[in-house]
Amino acid sequence: MDIFGIPTQALFGQLLIGLINGSFYALLSLGLAVIFGLLNIINFTHGALYMLGAFCAYFLLTKFGLNYWWALVIAPIVVGAVGVAIERTMLSRLYKLDHLYGLLLTFGLALIIQGLFAHEFGSAGLPYSMPQQLTGGTNLGFMFLPNYRAWVIAASLVICLSTWFIIEKTKLGSYLRAATENPPLVQAFGINVPRMVTLTYGFGVALAALAGVMAAPIYQVAPQMGADLIIVVFAVVVIGGMGSIMGSIVTGFGVGVIEGLTKVFYPEASNTVIFIIMAIVLLIRPAGLFGTQK
Amino acid sequence: MTAAAQARLTSANSDALGHQKIVFLVMAVLFACAPLVIYPVFMMKVMCFALFACAFNLLIGFGGLLSFGHAMFLGTAGYAAAHAAKVWGFTPELAILFATACAALLAFVAGSLAIRRLGIYFAMITLALAQMIYFFYLQAPFTHGEDGIQAVPRGKLLGLVDLNNTMAMYVFVLAIFLGGFLLIYRVVHSPFGQVLKAIRENESRAISLGYDVDRYKLLAFILSGTLAGLAGGTKALVVQLASLTDAHWSMSGEVVLMTLLGGLGTIFGPVVGAAIIITMQNYLAQLGAWVTVVQGVIFVVCVLAFRRGVVGEIANLIKKPL
Repeated sequence: MDIFGIPTQALFGQLLIGLINGSFYALLSLGLAVIFGLLNIINFTHGALYMLGAFCAYFLLTKFGLNYWWALVIAPIVVGAVGVAIERTMLSRLYKLDHLYGLLLTFGLALIIQGLFAHEFGSAGLPYSMPQQLTGGTNLGFMFLPNYRAWVIAASLVICLSTWFIIEKTKLGSYLRAATENPPLVQAFGINVPRMVTLTYGFGVALAALAGVMAAPIYQVAPQMGADLIIVVFAVVVIGGMGSIMGSIVTGFGVGVIEGLTKVFYPEASNTVIFIIMAIVLLIRPAGLFGTQK
Repeated sequence: MTAAAQARLTSANSDALGHQKIVFLVMAVLFACAPLVIYPVFMMKVMCFALFACAFNLLIGFGGLLSFGHAMFLGTAGYAAAHAAKVWGFTPELAILFATACAALLAFVAGSLAIRRLGIYFAMITLALAQMIYFFYLQAPFTHGEDGIQAVPRGKLLGLVDLNNTMAMYVFVLAIFLGGFLLIYRVVHSPFGQVLKAIRENESRAISLGYDVDRYKLLAFILSGTLAGLAGGTKALVVQLASLTDAHWSMSGEVVLMTLLGGLGTIFGPVVGAAIIITMQNYLAQLGAWVTVVQGVIFVVCVLAFRRGVVGEIANLIKKPL
């Protein structure tokens, strides 16, 4: 069976890969958007902390014998704590300065973390085996769906949507949105804004670590795994605009799918298609698809 | 403003320019004498990167625009110069001119897109565009992928002077560096440069005064990209190689680091910063990944405690702009 002269197996295979990549784009851009909303900082360390999450899973398995499911819980907590430490000791000193300094600081931190891991583990990837419960796959008739990949897509969707729910529909979320709009006023109502900022940063990078753990069985665990990814995620953020949480989720998945389809129809452009979309969006809607120009 | 105040201001200005001229002469003499004691190819590399950093500084230091994709101009010009010199047999001055023109064209396209957003978005857009260019060079056949364009001939300048003679090449590179530096110096002190500073300080005010802000920003971006291209084209002939390294995002990060370390918005800072970073890379090269770590640490220290940079601190000590 062919669609536009492409075998359906290949088409759905790439679509699946697109959805998987989209899951990671969505998780990472969501974290970036949450952090940006409150801190006005673009967190360049995000890719390095995603890598740190994957390494965390690797260490938990090899050093402590704790499996994937433990890693899903522990890695985000550990990396979140690292994030809290970074925010408290360094980022919090920069809020009064130009926001570009935050970008430069987090870029420097990313270099340090990636450099240390590259020194320790070289550039070759370390294998991380899939959890036993999720090996194998299901035959859907038109394609073969590996269970682990189905799990990643489902888990990412659930996490993204719960984050959206917390921020848009709960009381905690309303504090957060209020603090994004006007921090001094929220502080005047007796809410500890600096602590909220710290925890938000911790939460954002914990999302990155979670994505890292989920990526470990699919891609190999390597020091550079986050470096190139983060640039693509930046492009995703520019395409979506950072105005809405749902926007970054939809853009993440959408861009992943488009990238997958490009691999089928015009493989040469698969690396560049996201940046081309970004350029087109900038021409038509400079604020991004879901953004509002300030 | 009273006439006396006007006169004081003028004399203060000419004072400032006076001591900067002296510093410039000292720098020119230092670079001219350096090959007597330091390996000339190394010094030529320093000058190329110094020009690259000065071009970058024109944008961030005076326009307030942080580009995280300046490697695209360095890389593009490097490939253009190498291809023109090796495959088309251009003379070196034509190869560099061609490379600079390519960078200018790219800067026009990239700048038109990037100036549509401000601040952090501007940085992300330039980074993403540079990554796109990088992927293009990774796949395009004429760049020879990971190998790069090797054994680029230096050729004869104007068909007369053989640039394979290291000293002739040195003088040529020195002339390009000082020329580019003087051009940037002139731009910064021109009315155009003043408007640029005004936009950096208060964009809405500049708009209300009737300046077409976007045109000024685009022009600054093109100028910066073009000069970065001049540096890239020259560098390709100096090291006789054009490779993917020059187009990679880590190169964009390095030029930010050079400028930050030397002093954002100072005239001489980028030169000092480039010299320090290139020297450091040269001596730490065998340590591999530690170079990245050290660069990261310098970034963090500069941002947290040393935001004026080396030259900025000195200027603050002697209370004169440098």
